Amino acid sequence: MNEAVILAAEGANPLVPNWWEILVTVLGFAVLLFIVTKFVVPAFEKTYEERSLAIEGGIAKAEAAQAEANAALEEYKKQLVDARTEANRIREEARAEGAQILAELKEKAASESARITEQAHVQIEAERTAAVASLRNEVGTLATELAGKVVGESLADDERSARVVDRFLADLDSQQSAGASN
Amino acid sequence: MIPLALPAATNESEGFIAPTIDDLHLPEILPWGAHYGEGFGKQMLLVLLSVALISWFLVAASRRRQMVPGKFQFLGEYSYNFVRNSVGKDLIGEKDFRPFVPVLVSLFFFILVNNLFGSIPFLQLPTTSHVGTAYALAGFVYIMWIVLGIRTHGIGYFKVAVVPSGVPKAFIVPVVIIEIVSTFLVRPLTHSLRLFATMLAGHMIIALAASGSAFLLTQTSGAMPVLGVLTMAGGVGMYLFEIFIQVLQAYVFVLLTAVYIQGSISEAH
Repeated sequence: MNEAVILAAEGANPLVPNWWEILVTVLGFAVLLFIVTKFVVPAFEKTYEERSLAIEGGIAKAEAAQAEANAALEEYKKQLVDARTEANRIREEARAEGAQILAELKEKAASESARITEQAHVQIEAERTAAVASLRNEVGTLATELAGKVVGESLADDERSARVVDRFLADLDSQQSAGASN
Repeated sequence: MIPLALPAATNESEGFIAPTIDDLHLPEILPWGAHYGEGFGKQMLLVLLSVALISWFLVAASRRRQMVPGKFQFLGEYSYNFVRNSVGKDLIGEKDFRPFVPVLVSLFFFILVNNLFGSIPFLQLPTTSHVGTAYALAGFVYIMWIVLGIRTHGIGYFKVAVVPSGVPKAFIVPVVIIEIVSTFLVRPLTHSLRLFATMLAGHMIIALAASGSAFLLTQTSGAMPVLGVLTMAGGVGMYLFEIFIQVLQAYVFVLLTAVYIQGSISEAH
């Protein structure tokens, strides 16, 4: 075996490291580690932090908007219920008022008619009284004249004739009231 | 050491020459064409390129800080969030995870991009398939969780870490030995080698499929070109699968880092 083959065989042992390669790897890796530690990791972590903050902020904002919308909905529902109650109340009131007005009008009409009737009664009574009075006078006069003419004597004595007439009328009255009570 | 070196290629010009691990160790750039391991090479250039790309992407995506992110900002935020919440917050806990977000994010993007370099045409080298890079990252995590443990528990952290509660007295010695080996010796090794080995193996398989297809397709005899088409198709399948593995390993590495951190800062073992 010549020298070159021996050298090749020795160099071929793959478990024996080349120290220069170890050195270059260590230095290269140290540079990479420095760059990653100093620039890459902080930048990525900051991006994540900002992103998660932005997402959380967005979620919070959406939750607030949702809560606001819910509150508004509740408010509208409440207002709607209030308005319905109010409308019902007004309707009830109007109905009651109408009924009251109707009752009042009925009462008024009844009292008015009663009043008119009463008045009519009073008037009729007065007229009847007047008529009775005038009749009494006239009938008395006429009857006296008639009787005077019939008996042929003057019954000029007013006092007597008046007594006669009164008695006659009283008889008439008693007869009448007896007839009315029958 | 296990003799992992593949047999040296034969000198027969007729036969197929399988790619070896040395094909991942290209001659250096500075000084140009020097032997691998004697200068500044492609792997180191890609590591620096990944740092520049990741820094540009993360700074540009994070500095816009729009409330409603565009596609670019969204891509940055989505991947950042994935590490921050699915790995950091879920594993370390809501209370304590914040200081560790930069470490987890840096580790995830660093490993992801360096793994994916293996699947990008012309770059075509997963820088994590060079064990130095995997050692460096796992070593960084190893030192970090030990320091965190000491800061949380004081020097008694080592007792907390290796003496589980509720073990019978008779078993305490073997259990402590097992814990010391598994926590302080095996853990950093598996953490680094898992990443390195998957990347190396995946890349070797694709390299093998590609060179095998190239060899078979240029043969003139019989069924060789047909086999070449099959190996090509298999290579494309492995290429897609490798992209998945590259993403998965970045995730696994950060996941384990979070688990280790959580173990160091939590109260009991």
